[in-house]
Amino acid sequence: MQNNGEVWVFAEQEWDTLQEIGIELLSKGRELADALGVELASVILGSNVKKHTDILFAHGADKVYVCDSPSLEYYDTVKYAKAFADLIQKYKPQVVLYGASARGRDLAPRIASSLKVGLTADCTDLQIGDFKSPSGQEYKKILYQIRPAFGGNIIATIVTPTKRPQMATVREGVMPVPPIQDGRKGQMIIETPNLLNLKNITRILKRDKTERKVNLKAAQTIVSGGYGVGSRENFKLIYDLASVLGAEVGASRAAVDAGFISKDHQVGQTGTTVRPKLYIACGISGSVQHRAGMEQSAKIVAINRDPEAPIFSIAHYGIIGDLNEVIPILIDDIKKRRVD
Amino acid sequence: MQFVSIPDKGNNEMKKFTMVVLVKQVPDTKNITGQAMKEDGTVNRAALPAVFNPEDLNALEMALQIKEQYGGTVNVISMGPPSAVTVLKESLYRGADHVYLLSDRKLAGSDTLATSFALKQAIRTKIPDFNIVLCGRQAIDGDTAQVGPQTAEKLDIAQLTYVERIEHLDEKTIKVRRVIESGSEIVEADLPVLLTVTNTANEPRPFIAKKLLKYRKAACDFDLPILLPRYPGFSSADALRANLKSRGLYIEMWGTDDIKANADEVGFAGSPTMVKKIESITLTGSGFKQVEPTEHGIKEFVAELIEDHTW
Repeated sequence: MQNNGEVWVFAEQEWDTLQEIGIELLSKGRELADALGVELASVILGSNVKKHTDILFAHGADKVYVCDSPSLEYYDTVKYAKAFADLIQKYKPQVVLYGASARGRDLAPRIASSLKVGLTADCTDLQIGDFKSPSGQEYKKILYQIRPAFGGNIIATIVTPTKRPQMATVREGVMPVPPIQDGRKGQMIIETPNLLNLKNITRILKRDKTERKVNLKAAQTIVSGGYGVGSRENFKLIYDLASVLGAEVGASRAAVDAGFISKDHQVGQTGTTVRPKLYIACGISGSVQHRAGMEQSAKIVAINRDPEAPIFSIAHYGIIGDLNEVIPILIDDIKKRRVD
Repeated sequence: MQFVSIPDKGNNEMKKFTMVVLVKQVPDTKNITGQAMKEDGTVNRAALPAVFNPEDLNALEMALQIKEQYGGTVNVISMGPPSAVTVLKESLYRGADHVYLLSDRKLAGSDTLATSFALKQAIRTKIPDFNIVLCGRQAIDGDTAQVGPQTAEKLDIAQLTYVERIEHLDEKTIKVRRVIESGSEIVEADLPVLLTVTNTANEPRPFIAKKLLKYRKAACDFDLPILLPRYPGFSSADALRANLKSRGLYIEMWGTDDIKANADEVGFAGSPTMVKKIESITLTGSGFKQVEPTEHGIKEFVAELIEDHTW
C-alpha cells in the first residue's frame, strides 16, 4: 500500500464563491499531511475557478489541482464524480476529504462507489494512527475516521486499511478555519477533464438562492427564542447565535403570537416537532405545548432568568441568567474558537 | 404534484412506472430510554424498538403518490435480518404492490458499498424493467446518506438527492425540486433514475384498514416453522407456502444466490470500511448541569459540547 500519496481536500465553490467548508478542511488536512509527511492539496472543480487558488494557498494548501471546464460551471453529480475520480486515479492521493454538505454527500459516495473504496460519512474528527486487523495484519499510519453514530449515542472510529484513497466527509463547522498566511504560494496544477460521452447527466432548470425556507425538521442545531427575548428587534441576538452555530432559528408560540417572528419558525405542538442534535432555548419558559415539540432533542440547553422555568426540568444544560448578557458571551466564545 | 397526461396506449392495465422503494428497519435511535444502556455503558440494541426508517416512509409515500397519479407498480425491497419482514408488511398495509426481503447471513457486516452492490444485484436480477428507484435521504442508525448515491452509481443511472417534490414526470424524463443548504433547484433527469427523498417531502399515509386485515397474515419462509402448528390443515411448510402464495400472502425472500451476488462483494469481505472502536457517550435525558452565566462557565460549557460531538 503506497504511503507517499498526498492528502487532498475538496474545495467546494458555489455561485462562484468558495465555500467555507473547503477552507475548514485545510486545517485538519494540514495536520494529517504533516503527520504523514506528505503534501496537502486542494481540489477545485468548476468553470473559471483559477482565481480561487491564492486563498487556498494562503490557508495552507501546498498544491491546488484545478479542474476547469465550461461544462463544470453547474454542479452535476456524474460530471463532477467523473472528473474527480479521474484525478484520483491519475495522482493517487492516500486521503481525500469532502465537506459533509449537501454537495459533498451527493458527490463523495458516487466517487467512492466508482473507485470501490470506503467512505465514512459526517466525521467530526480525523487522526493518523496504526491499526491491527482482527486477522493480525498490521497497518501503519492510516486514517482514523471518527464520527457519531446511532443517533449520536456512540462515537465510532472507522478505518479503511486495505483501500486507497481513504475517504471521508467531514461535518461542517467543527474544524477551525486555518489562519491566513499572506503571500503564501503553492503549485497550481491545471487539469482538463474528459467529460465526453457521459450518460446520466442531469439538467438544472432553475436555481433559487434566495428562497431559504425555514427547515426546522432537517436542522441539526436549533436556536429558539421565546417571549423573554422581548421584541422583534431583539430577535437579532437569536439570529446571531444561530448564524455562528450554523443553526436554524426556532421560536415559541408566545414569541410568534407577540409578533416577534413569523409562524413558520414555531416549534411545538401547534408548530413543528423537532429532534435536532442540539436545541438552545432562549427566554422560553417551556410550556407543555412547546416541550412536546422539542423534548426529544438529543441535547437541550436552556437560557432563562427564571430558575423556576419548567424548561429547566427537561434541559441537559441550564444557564440561569439574562439572555442579553449570556448570548453575546456565547457568540464571542464560539467565534474565538473558530479563528484559533 | 402536477398531473401530466400520458399517451393512452389503449391498455388501462399497462404498468406505467415500475418503481422500486428501498426501505430499512432501524433501531429507534430517537427514542433512547434508560434500558437502552447496558451496565457496562454500551448501547443495548436489543432494548431499542425497531422502526421503519422515517425517511424511507417518505420515499414509499412518494412512490404511492406516483402510482396514484401516473399509474405504476410499487415494489419494496428491504435488506436486513428476518425481522425486517415487519417493515415490508407495513409497506403492504400502506398500499405497496409487491414486497421482497433480501436476507442472507452472507450479507451481514455489509458497509454502504457492499449494501449498494447487493441492492443493485437484487434490482438488476429481479426487477430489471424498473424506471424509478426511491429511498430515504438517510437512515437514522448510521445517518450516512451514502447507500442511495452508491446504488445509483452501481446501477449506472442518474441520481437526484434531497428530493422534496416531483414537478413533472413522463415516460422519459423526471423533473424534481431538490432542497439544499443554499436554496432549492429544479433539476431534470432521464429515466431510469434514483431519488433520495427528504422528510419535508410529504406526510406518509397511515395503514389502510382493509390492507391491514388482508396482509397481517403475510409471511416469509422464516415464519413458516412458527406458523405451521397454527395451521393444522397443512402437513408441511411447502403446502402452507403454496397456500399463502395462492392468497397473495407469501413474501418472497432472496439470498445472495438468488441475486447472483458473489460472496466476496458483499458482507465483511465486500466492505472496505472496518470499525476500529466504539465508545458510548452520554444518552438523552441523563442528568442536568447548571452552567454559570460567566465567560468562564460558558467557555467550559462550549468545550463540553465540542468534546461530546454535539457541536
